[in-house]
Amino acid sequence: MSNNQNNKEEQLFSYKNQKLLTNPIGKDNPITVQVLGICSVLAVTVQLKPSLVLAISVVAVMGLANVIISLLRNTIPSRIRIIVQLTVIASLVIIVDQVLKAGMYDVSRQLSIFVGLIITNCIIMGRLEGFALYNKPWPSFLDGIGNAAGYASVLIAVGFIRELFGSGTLMSYQVIPQSFYDFGYENNGLFILPPMAMFAVGIIIWVHRSRDKELVDVS
Amino acid sequence: MEDLINIFVRSIFVDNLVFAYFLGMCSYLAVSKTVKTSAGLGVAVIFVLGITVPINYLIDNFLLSRGALSWLGPRFEGVDLSFLTFIMFIAIIASMVQLVEMIIERFSPTLYSSLGIFLPLIAVNCAILGASLFMQERNYANIGEATIFGLGSGIGFFLAIVGIAAVREKIRYSNIPAPLRGLGITFIITGLMGIAFMSFMGIEL
Repeated sequence: MSNNQNNKEEQLFSYKNQKLLTNPIGKDNPITVQVLGICSVLAVTVQLKPSLVLAISVVAVMGLANVIISLLRNTIPSRIRIIVQLTVIASLVIIVDQVLKAGMYDVSRQLSIFVGLIITNCIIMGRLEGFALYNKPWPSFLDGIGNAAGYASVLIAVGFIRELFGSGTLMSYQVIPQSFYDFGYENNGLFILPPMAMFAVGIIIWVHRSRDKELVDVS
Repeated sequence: MEDLINIFVRSIFVDNLVFAYFLGMCSYLAVSKTVKTSAGLGVAVIFVLGITVPINYLIDNFLLSRGALSWLGPRFEGVDLSFLTFIMFIAIIASMVQLVEMIIERFSPTLYSSLGIFLPLIAVNCAILGASLFMQERNYANIGEATIFGLGSGIGFFLAIVGIAAVREKIRYSNIPAPLRGLGITFIITGLMGIAFMSFMGIEL
């Protein structure tokens, strides 16, 4: 038994587990490679702050949902698994929503329906279905956090670009100095409009795929 | 009546779910390779939105929002169940999709064989839940307005997905830089289509 325990301790951050955490951030990125959970990336990224808040919420929901489903994996009948998964996710999202409403009301107003839409974020369902249902809690937790981090990295990158060029601020602090404006620099209004999010993600995908040749779509 | 037409036109063009709010992007990107399948998904979305939005409107107004339970008696006037919104809406959507699937299978096998595979996908399509949440946020005055909003949003999604599928069918023959092929170019085209749809902004009837 103790031997078994030791094994477990050793494996806690084994090579395989590290891969679970780091792969989704890079070459298995849920957004740029697997095309999951695009909706929210595009809509809330006008400014950095809501992107950051949504990213943290998704990391929390996804880590916990993966652990819960992984703990329940042997008791869920496979016929009703989708409803069970939706219930678990929806309950977690309700908690996140209530916390946001209590603690950060203005950000919660800004995110409007997109907190609720974490429920139908396909990354979460996809990972529950594809990983947590067949794996132990600890790897599932790492997988959840890893995928959510991959998602968050794109979300924050797009939010950063759009706020910097669109309003010249970051987290609502003025970044571009006044002297630039005096020289005739102007904020690019296109970055605030919704279509710019599309272009930003398209360009991120472009850069990502030209650095990683094996990801190129041949069809 | 004018209000209804206004809501209808706004929900199709101005507040288009895909181009203005980016809802339902997952299925929008995954199922838009050919016009035929994307039209199938679009019809299924119109169908489901037209049913679930009015039902969720009733649920919201007679069960969940503050003071909605007052029809049970004065004791329930202060009850506010709105924190249950998400779980109720998603349960309604999942069960309605299931029900619609069973009804179609029973009464129209041909429609079922063309729509069938898309219906389960729709339960986790963010456009469906998104439309219900928008309906709640915008406080539509009666069930007619909510229904029109649901149908209009569905038609907006239909237009968007059929449009992008048509472009993607053609673009297969163009010479695009290799890393941009597939997903990347689809994003950029969607952005351009979004700019085109922005010209409808500000339309009031």
